[in-house]
Amino acid sequence: MDLNDEGSHFELKEIQTLSGHTDRVWSLAWNPATGTDDTQPVIASCSGDKTVRIWERSALTRSWDCKAVLEETHTRTVRSCTWSPSGKLLATASFDATTAIWENVGGDFQCVSTLEGHENEVKSVSWNASESLLATCSRDKTVWIWEVMPGNEFECASVLQGHTQDVKMVKWHPTMDILFSCSYDNTIKVVWAEDDTGDWHCIQTIGESSNGHSSTVWAISFNAEGNKMVTCSDDLTLKVWEADIEGMRSGDDQVLWKHISTLTGYHDRTIFSVHWSREGIIASGAADDAIRFFVESKDSAVVGPSYRLLLKKEKAHDMDVNVVQWSPGENRVLASASDDGTIKIWELATNST
Amino acid sequence: MTLGLINANPIVHAKKERVARCEDPHCDDAVDPDIRDPEHPYSLEQLSVLSEESITVDDKLGRILITFTPTIQHCSMATVIGLCLRVKLQECFPPHYKVDIKVSPGSHADEEAVNKQLNDKERVAAALENPNLRQLVDECLYSNEL
Repeated sequence: MDLNDEGSHFELKEIQTLSGHTDRVWSLAWNPATGTDDTQPVIASCSGDKTVRIWERSALTRSWDCKAVLEETHTRTVRSCTWSPSGKLLATASFDATTAIWENVGGDFQCVSTLEGHENEVKSVSWNASESLLATCSRDKTVWIWEVMPGNEFECASVLQGHTQDVKMVKWHPTMDILFSCSYDNTIKVVWAEDDTGDWHCIQTIGESSNGHSSTVWAISFNAEGNKMVTCSDDLTLKVWEADIEGMRSGDDQVLWKHISTLTGYHDRTIFSVHWSREGIIASGAADDAIRFFVESKDSAVVGPSYRLLLKKEKAHDMDVNVVQWSPGENRVLASASDDGTIKIWELATNST
Repeated sequence: MTLGLINANPIVHAKKERVARCEDPHCDDAVDPDIRDPEHPYSLEQLSVLSEESITVDDKLGRILITFTPTIQHCSMATVIGLCLRVKLQECFPPHYKVDIKVSPGSHADEEAVNKQLNDKERVAAALENPNLRQLVDECLYSNEL
């Protein structure tokens, strides 16, 4: 496979630039239910301009257009957006301390619910795989877990107070109801509830003493199998972690995530985003305007897994890259967004010359 | 916002004769030393909070590093001063310039914590959306009617 062939040359081809936001774009999300055989891909993006934009690629022209602007709801920066696994709902997290839930009602996006409770800026929101739970996190240092009830009702199931600083991101495990959070306090926390009692508690804190990061951890991403995760940080490294997935599945809460690799020396400014593709390519977006790609290296001289740089795309944007996200539908297609106010769609192609 | 002056008796230095003002986006002495200290009617330069030598500009890379010295070791206004500097620099330089702001080494009791906060882009963005903080910053930057 070409990823294993270290002689293969890759290039990141720019497909299109999506303009429209009038301030930095903080995050974006591909609608997971689109971009397959008979549906056109859809992306939601959120910005410092307080709006969320919905973009869709035209079947006819293959060009991306802005289909909707979700405005007059959040009163401050919208920091993060994420679709529910079924693609029916969109959750948006804002500096206005609320999380809004949107539903596409006949082509028109309506805000069907507003989650309040955080004391200040909400930084991130995440749905679990079965769409029964939502998690949010904030500068107020807490992580909230919400139960999704019928009729677009949301009930707070737990308020977790483990982090000692601003919580930057929350992310549910791709297959199990285990919640991960990362923070300005440099740690990553793993949280679960043993059974349906709803008693959520922290089962692991990954800090510097466990080979963890030495500065703010900005993002977490899991591989397709769910037995590895990669984290990125202000400490200029990416770290890869592994856990015994079978142990986790059988309900063992003593299963710990262990450090397996640190990618150092590749970034010279804060790494804001990292995303692991289904195929195993790790993409990173950083404050030096570049996007980088890493793959596992089959280096027989090294014991254990190691990763190598596949490609560095300098000046991917004119300013900081805040988010990188692989398309769920198409192979090796990536979207990125930046402080420059744009979103870019890319294709990672092999250079067959 | 400030309940009482933290540094009631600052040492005031004579103001340097300043001919060139920053109107030009690429001027080297881009930082306006006439930024007011949030607590005093004197400018930051007069209080020796800021001096020209503490600014490094790399035009090729588009990077700026600025270090400043808060008036006293435990100055809780350090983050506000840092915020003012960032806003002022944003006006003087093209938007793609990357700005790193730090307190000069040894000048503050919580040096690492202050530097971390001043350079967390998300925290800075949220702070500048806070109307009270924004007003304070604007007052520091614009109330000097010279």
